[in-house]
Amino acid sequence: MKKDESNIKYVFLTIVTFIIFFLTWQLLAEFDIVGKYMPSPVDVFRAFVFKLSNIGPDGSLLSTNILTSLKVSLLGFSVAVVIGIPLGLFMGWYRLFDRIVKTLFELIRPIPAVAWIPLMIVWVGVGLTAKALIIFFAAFVPCVINSYTGIRQTNPALINVAKTYGASNFYTFLHVGVPSAIPMIFAGMRVALSTSWGTLVAAEMLAASSGLGYMISMARSFGRADVVVLGMVVIGALGYIFTLLFSKIESVINKGGTV
Amino acid sequence: MEPGNHVRVKVDNVSKSFVGINGTAEQVIKNVSFDVYDNEFLVLLGPGRCGKSVLLNMIAGLMGTDEGQILLDGVPVTKPNPEMGMVFQRTGTLPWLTVMDNVRFGPRMRGVPKEEQIKKARHYIDLVNLHGFEKHYPYQLSGGMKQRVGIARAYANDPKILIMDEPFGALDAQTRYNMENEILTIAEGEKRTILFVTNNIEEALLLGDRIVLFTACPAQVKQIYTVSLPKPRDTMQEEFLRLRKAISDNTDLAL
Repeated sequence: MKKDESNIKYVFLTIVTFIIFFLTWQLLAEFDIVGKYMPSPVDVFRAFVFKLSNIGPDGSLLSTNILTSLKVSLLGFSVAVVIGIPLGLFMGWYRLFDRIVKTLFELIRPIPAVAWIPLMIVWVGVGLTAKALIIFFAAFVPCVINSYTGIRQTNPALINVAKTYGASNFYTFLHVGVPSAIPMIFAGMRVALSTSWGTLVAAEMLAASSGLGYMISMARSFGRADVVVLGMVVIGALGYIFTLLFSKIESVINKGGTV
Repeated sequence: MEPGNHVRVKVDNVSKSFVGINGTAEQVIKNVSFDVYDNEFLVLLGPGRCGKSVLLNMIAGLMGTDEGQILLDGVPVTKPNPEMGMVFQRTGTLPWLTVMDNVRFGPRMRGVPKEEQIKKARHYIDLVNLHGFEKHYPYQLSGGMKQRVGIARAYANDPKILIMDEPFGALDAQTRYNMENEILTIAEGEKRTILFVTNNIEEALLLGDRIVLFTACPAQVKQIYTVSLPKPRDTMQEEFLRLRKAISDNTDLAL
């Protein structure tokens, strides 16, 4: 039972790190070391309890804000995954397709997602679609690049294996290329998810009426630093939950690994 | 069983060059010709890095020839053909598939009914002594076991010709010795035409009905030996030792 023992040790270490982190934070806030507006963890926890049943200062409950943000970011993220990953895979596998799309993609790629905001307002207004589109632009790029790189790294020996069995190029793509790219695809999705959350605050400055980004910017206007930090903590926690979820899905899909 | 005299694969005056590091063409195979007879165990023996793998890739249709041609049952080989099964140098097992799924890769692709795929795969998994490992993934297997998976997978696709490219090259001496005996048992049990590449003289003499000896780069056929000793062979037998010395004296040193 050696493994269990070391597991307990790691859990213990994680908890210790947490305690040290929060203690340091509490002390820094308590003695006004980094300025008197810094909320302590206790303040943030109070803000959390407060926001569960109060709509101030931004006009919505915490749960409403979370739901709004999840809806926007997951919509943008999902569309990015559904379009970006196949695009990257096809570009990586089919040379001709790569030639056709690559230059255009490389031109669009460096444009920051937030730079699309003015255009989005003109095109689709300021609703859910606009915000989801901006998140899409942010999440799309890592999805494409990672699946592209992943499928490019397919072991040529394995491609030859499929070929000697008379596999067509498309069959080889599906049964050798795509499975080889799985770890990189998931890495891309993780990066895309954090970019989505990152762009969320910016997207929600687009005349939103609720959402975590909106909550943060409203709290800032009202000088409620505790609610600002609460928003940050919630975004962090949600991101962590999704990362765990992805790791779980990846380990179920890819039991044998790729090496 | 005596190998038949019917020619299955004809390698006819084949040459191949690659562009080297400094931009000049480097010939790796030069005017190579030999026949592979029906049901024979033909060993291609030569020093390391002399182009044997390139030759096999051309026979398997993974690569074109520069000059000359390769015929399978009289038909020129231009692309990979499922009638030739290949066992690769290092592990060609697909890491994300279980042993069972690896072995039934060929039949599954050809759309054979699932029950039949599994029945066939099971037969060859048993034949290579991997019974009980059907649900294991390659990373859970040793090097020797992975090569067994490769062999079972090649057999499960019902190829007419089996091509083995230094399949035991990466194994330790003990495992290699066991695998050599096992491949003999398998080859006796399920008669196939086998093309086997190695750089090990003893391995060649243990397995081959005939041995094609190659020169160092560019690879040319130096001599073809017929080994008429009955299998399994005794490495200490006089004739075995005589042939071993003859081949060894005739082999170019690999640099």
